[in-house]
Amino acid sequence: MSTALRIARRELGGYFRTMTGYIIAGIMLLADGIGFQLFGLGAGEMYSADVVSQFFWVLFGINAVGSIFISMRLIAEERQTGTLPLLVSSPVHDWEIVVGKFLSALVFLGVVTLATLYMPALILVNGKVSVGHIFAGYLGVMLAGSAVLAIGTFGSALARNQVLAAIFTAIMVLVLVLAHLLARVTDRPLKDMFMSLALYARHFPPFQAGAIHLRDVIYYIAVTYVALFGAIRVMEARRWK
Amino acid sequence: MIEVKGLTKYYGELAAIHDLDFSIERGEVIGFLGLNGAGKTTALKILGCVLLPTSGDVKVDGIDIARAPHEVRRRIGYLPDTPPLYNDMTVGRYLKFAAELRGVPASETDKAVGEAEEKTATRDVHDQPIFSLSHGYRQRVGVAQALVHRPKLLILDEPTSGLDPVQIVEMRTMVRALRGDHTVLLSSHILSEISQTCDRLLVIQRGEIVAQGSEQDLGDKLGGGGTIEVEVAGPSARAIEVARTVTGIGACAVIRETGGVALLSLQGAPDLRPKVVRALVQNGIDILRIDRGAARLESIFLQLTKDKELVQ
Repeated sequence: MSTALRIARRELGGYFRTMTGYIIAGIMLLADGIGFQLFGLGAGEMYSADVVSQFFWVLFGINAVGSIFISMRLIAEERQTGTLPLLVSSPVHDWEIVVGKFLSALVFLGVVTLATLYMPALILVNGKVSVGHIFAGYLGVMLAGSAVLAIGTFGSALARNQVLAAIFTAIMVLVLVLAHLLARVTDRPLKDMFMSLALYARHFPPFQAGAIHLRDVIYYIAVTYVALFGAIRVMEARRWK
Repeated sequence: MIEVKGLTKYYGELAAIHDLDFSIERGEVIGFLGLNGAGKTTALKILGCVLLPTSGDVKVDGIDIARAPHEVRRRIGYLPDTPPLYNDMTVGRYLKFAAELRGVPASETDKAVGEAEEKTATRDVHDQPIFSLSHGYRQRVGVAQALVHRPKLLILDEPTSGLDPVQIVEMRTMVRALRGDHTVLLSSHILSEISQTCDRLLVIQRGEIVAQGSEQDLGDKLGGGGTIEVEVAGPSARAIEVARTVTGIGACAVIRETGGVALLSLQGAPDLRPKVVRALVQNGIDILRIDRGAARLESIFLQLTKDKELVQ
């Protein structure tokens, strides 16, 4: 097993051995259920596809907020509790630490997201919606979640403690989510740039509607890559401080 | 085992350590002694490959830490001032994780964990969650993680910090038992711990090494060669008169004299103790106890940290 996977396994165990993981998962699933009822099932008569689309809109939002809390502990907690020297004094590359931690958060988010499957499954059984639509929606949710988790990993690497990590991440995510508003008040080429950076408005609606565009997939993967790259650089820079 | 030349580390404008030069031979137990903020932890972090130096060369087992840090990390075990323990894991699982990180092959991890637990007397808490351990056990598990991959060099930053007297003695015994299998570099600002555990001392003050050598060497460099304490039965005047006849013994003082027993402090190297004993016995004076001066190392340390020019 590679070192990154070993770190991921330990970290994932940490989510499930403490109450933190269960509390975050419980709150996220409760919010998902309430959101599904409010904006999907209970929002009056709608086509099945629209209900599912609304469900993925809710899931995107809850997962984005949840990912901030899932990722805040990744590196900042190690720094806070003094466990980071175990990793950085071992023959382990900084990228292995960052990727291992990110993977654990991604798997945790995946498990929580998977637990919501019964909601679109209800529509699949009782309404008219394609499996492809549900698959595309979940793919989008996980890709967007991956991007937010990577930003969270970067925030966690930057911050001294978990609270600061959550604040840094929330600011970065908010800027990306609201980038489309900046696009509205700017001219080209800034308008195009802000629009293409928009975490939700530009790249998520196609997934919500059941369409997978390579452009959107690449965008989320690129955000993930850049944020993780930043986190690795921060880890390397800390060895000089 | 360790070669350090011109090691310097700046935090912004502040030089935490400046131009450190020292070397450590294989199998030695070395004490890094200094007041809080003297630069001990920074130096140990660099040797532990946690921090990069601003300038200078450090070689561990002939390998440059800047060029091949992973190779060096395989050879060292590092215990920071706060043991890096995951509270949610059991001791056994944690040590296994540490062994895996340090590249111990999967087939050998259980054996390596067993050995580390044996050396640190932590086998009885193998299945216990770390959050439930006492401070003494936490410190021992910290040492166990540092040696689980059988490193050549062990770096222990204040391993007795916060321990009670019994735990300090246990830790000392444990560190002494590691001699031979490992080269050990440990830091402390507790003088008695350093003098009783280490072969040699490196005294650091304001980021610079102000003295190095054995306790005896340091005492000699500071002049006077230390003191000898001797407790005799009978009047102090006669004992002092005899003690002064021994070549090398300088000023003599009475520390206390009660109930026909006198405790004397003789200025002179502790090596002179056999000569003092012979002289006193030949003159019919009964010796109840003889030892190095109790405050000796304390005074060396205070002198060194007060005025480094004294030893340069």
